[in-house]
Amino acid sequence: VATMANEVILLDFWPSMFGMRTRIALREKGIEFEYRDEDLWNKSPLLLETNPVHKKIPVLIHNGKPVCESTIQVQYIDEVWSDKNRILPSDPYQRAQARFWVDFIDKKMYDAQRKVWGTKGEEQETGKKEFIELLKTLESELGENTYFGGDDFGYVDIGLIGFYSWFHAYEKYGNLNIESECPKLIAWAKTCMQRESVAKSLPDSEKVIEFVTEIRKKFMLE
Amino acid sequence: MAERSEEVKLLGMWASPFSRRVEIALTLKGVPYEFSEQDITNKSPLLLQSNPVHKMIPVLLHNGKPISESLVILEYIDDTWKNNPILPQDPYDRAIARFWARFVDEQVYVTAMKVVGKVGVERDAAVEATRDLLKLMEKELVGKDFLGGESLGFVDIVATLVAFWLMRTEEVVGVKVVPVEMFPEIHRWVKNLLDVDVIKKCIPPEDEHLDYIRARMESLKLKSV
Repeated sequence: VATMANEVILLDFWPSMFGMRTRIALREKGIEFEYRDEDLWNKSPLLLETNPVHKKIPVLIHNGKPVCESTIQVQYIDEVWSDKNRILPSDPYQRAQARFWVDFIDKKMYDAQRKVWGTKGEEQETGKKEFIELLKTLESELGENTYFGGDDFGYVDIGLIGFYSWFHAYEKYGNLNIESECPKLIAWAKTCMQRESVAKSLPDSEKVIEFVTEIRKKFMLE
Repeated sequence: MAERSEEVKLLGMWASPFSRRVEIALTLKGVPYEFSEQDITNKSPLLLQSNPVHKMIPVLLHNGKPISESLVILEYIDDTWKNNPILPQDPYDRAIARFWARFVDEQVYVTAMKVVGKVGVERDAAVEATRDLLKLMEKELVGKDFLGGESLGFVDIVATLVAFWLMRTEEVVGVKVVPVEMFPEIHRWVKNLLDVDVIKKCIPPEDEHLDYIRARMESLKLKSV
């Protein structure tokens, strides 16, 4: 019988920009993991058992012990597999700044982007303005750096890049041209996409568009 | 002890649970700091400059460098001053602590605000929802003196929001949101907290606090009419 090696399972949902964060972190560290796609309209007993409080993906299960919430998972992964490819900065002040920006993304991005593809009329127009404002704030934080972490790909990059796989869907349904509004941010995203961990963890934009189309039909937006 | 002079300044607000939790952390670690009471209805240039993104308190200024968002500040304090650690050492335990802290701030706080801000049926629904969430916290306390285990930790500091803000609103709204019969563990935990000197020192004085909550409730009610 094999000794208890590191058993890592990720309960996830392929279009989730939150799940993408954990996938990227695991791949950055070269951790072998079992990916399980959940049907959110028919959640598995394991999901309900491992995240009884929120019943949400992603859930990271490490040697049987569940960790919930994508940002908590990324920090956990960084702390357990601390020997390579550090995700969070080692300096406490830089670390605090990184946490601040991921918190900002968490507080603002999801709701804003939801309005872009998931609403109509005035609500959508407001949502679009908010969304572009957010991207511009982030773009200005990026400045002239390659990554939000500076020279190194890190926590904030991981926190944001998943949303990039949804950009074509935002552009289609929100009638936006993100590159013309935030060219530096798009350049940053393309740089991130060159990393294997990112390319493997983000779904194809076309698939995301199909998914959003289905959701819109479901909520009778068509 | 650091050789160079450490300048620690907190832009805060006396009645804010988010500001007070930072004070608890600094006091627990014996970090001397200057407290600067902020008028949130007329924000100071320093506040706006230090937290341009959210324009909110608390903001910690350490040697002039600002850190915003109370949970981020708490982690920064723990990373910088290593004595009396707030977060556990083990990565799994840290993940659990972070989970419960977010739970308090993103779930409990949001529904509890509705208890104060709404009336009638909407308030009743908010009370129910808050109780459902607190039942989870109740379970966590079984067999423990504190949410952090044997001693005060990260989640306890964050959850002072429940002990000294949510539970104090009961007097003002006239509803026992957290009755002792339903939540004996939480009540026991509050007593444990009050035995800790740092907590006693850092929570807002009860009478003034109740007056403040009363006034806020009135203004929230007026807004929702």
